[in-house]
Amino acid sequence: MRKIKYILQKEFIQIFRNKTMLPMIFGIPILQLVVLVHAATLEMKSIDMYVVDKDLSSLSHKLITKFDFSPFYNFSGVSFSIDEANEAIEKNQADFIIHIPYGFERDLIRENSTKVQLLIDGINGMAASLIYAYSSTVISDFNRNIIVDLTQMPAIKDLNPIAVETSYWYNPELNYKTYMLPGILVILVTIISMFLAAMNIVREKEIGTIEQLNVTPIGKIEFIVGKLVPFLIIALLELAFGLVVGKIFFHIPIIGSLWLLFGFTIVYLLVVLGIGLFISTISSTQQQVMFICFFFMLVFILMSGIFTPTESMPTWAQKVNIINPFYYFMRVIRMILLKGSGFWDISHEFFSLLIYATIMLSLSVWRYRKVA
Amino acid sequence: MLKHTDNIIEVKNLVKKFGSFVANDNLTFNVKKGEIFGFLGANGAGKTTALRILSGLSYPTSGEVTVAGFDVYKEGEKVKKNIGYMSQKFSLYEDLTVRENIRFYGGIYGLSNKYIKEKTESLLERLKMKDIQNSLIKSLPLGWKQKIAFSVAIFHNPKIVFLDEPTGGVDPITRRDFWEMIYEASDSGITVFVTTHYMDEAEYCDRVSIMDQGRIEGLDTPGELKKQFNAKNMDEVFIKIAR
Repeated sequence: MRKIKYILQKEFIQIFRNKTMLPMIFGIPILQLVVLVHAATLEMKSIDMYVVDKDLSSLSHKLITKFDFSPFYNFSGVSFSIDEANEAIEKNQADFIIHIPYGFERDLIRENSTKVQLLIDGINGMAASLIYAYSSTVISDFNRNIIVDLTQMPAIKDLNPIAVETSYWYNPELNYKTYMLPGILVILVTIISMFLAAMNIVREKEIGTIEQLNVTPIGKIEFIVGKLVPFLIIALLELAFGLVVGKIFFHIPIIGSLWLLFGFTIVYLLVVLGIGLFISTISSTQQQVMFICFFFMLVFILMSGIFTPTESMPTWAQKVNIINPFYYFMRVIRMILLKGSGFWDISHEFFSLLIYATIMLSLSVWRYRKVA
Repeated sequence: MLKHTDNIIEVKNLVKKFGSFVANDNLTFNVKKGEIFGFLGANGAGKTTALRILSGLSYPTSGEVTVAGFDVYKEGEKVKKNIGYMSQKFSLYEDLTVRENIRFYGGIYGLSNKYIKEKTESLLERLKMKDIQNSLIKSLPLGWKQKIAFSVAIFHNPKIVFLDEPTGGVDPITRRDFWEMIYEASDSGITVFVTTHYMDEAEYCDRVSIMDQGRIEGLDTPGELKKQFNAKNMDEVFIKIAR
């Protein structure tokens, strides 16, 4: 065990002596955190609306004004021709068209029903459904007021027999940043620890010092532990640092226990570092490591549920996620930070990762060969 | 002098194949305790392969190999406790200082802190490297690095030290210094197993083996080899064998 101390000492000296290492470990992640949290948002702030009002009545005017008052919409153009409006969508100058047909007001007053057409650019399905949802809300709101106005009955204001009142738990304002920041933190911590660990052993292979280590009586477990612990500590510091930044700049809530979060993170990092070390033992150049890490990282991140809920993925994808470490941590960090989940709420993820870590570390100890 | 005849390395019918290529073809030789054993051969003759097997970095395909009394197949880790190794490729950490390198390697051989400290002091004294003990290895000239690498390889007092072309690319003066260090180590009881390309260095060895295409073609004292091959010097012996 004393030998581990000497490996740790050596690793830390090397990490801190490397001039590009510290900025890479602490500077770049902060930059990414600040930029990505703002950039990776699904909120629609400026929807470009194209108006085709063929009715030109006071009611149609009222409806358009209603959209105009909303902070989400920008006017991108007005025309009487639906073809011109379509052209605007094709040129990407408008996100959707609101088409009010001739006779809109007349039909509403005479027949108590009328029609409005929404034409939405569906290239980005997610954005399209958001535009649809926003716009329907605006129109149904307009609808309710119309009933009140036309019937001239003030009492009818209370006529909503069933009022659906929505309140969102754990993130009442549906603040996107609160949701994204923990996710991005997971990615940062994982990338740093996996890459550093994977590059480390392979670097010793490239410069040839691994041979010198392999002729010593150093134990395989001692070696792997000595290589793992420094990056575990750095990754934990990274997480702490990220949480502080999140608290100060984004006011993210920290409801659950930080002890639980860090305890879980340690198990998670054992998995990630185990994967990194394993990749390192099967590769012979840093280039190979980069390619392998990059490949897995990309797949794992996209499947992790950072942007899209994993529940809406196909069943096979959910099964694949069993080996996706991001998936577990992505859930748990949000559960602990935003909901204040306790140990028993995350015990399934905890024990799954514990088994996973055991497998990966055993694999890397087994695959690390002192004798070629 | 009974001890001198004890074999510290025994190799019997050693074969190492890489696919269909035979790198070591049925080698049989012994190295006696305390001697300086020169291992010569042209590039690609199979020296490094044999040396890597002896130092436990690679398994032989077949044959019996015992180093310091331990079987390299079954007791590799015990072999490793008893040997030092200096590879062809430079093996110190360039981004650590002289002192840090010594401390690290001393530490992973399981030596005590106190021992490492004391021995480092006396070593730096002897190498006259007190002033540069806190310089990074990468800032030192090659000859100095090689001296430090050799000192690190024998820091834990191994029974045998394996040197793989330790003086490659080093100037003649440093090479002479280096051989003085080898003699010193030998005097303190360490068996030295050294590969080299320099034939003048072969003359410094107690016994020399010359390899060609995976086989040992000659093995004796430099004097006997010269007689045997009817040559003026080792250069001629080598050329007659490796031609």
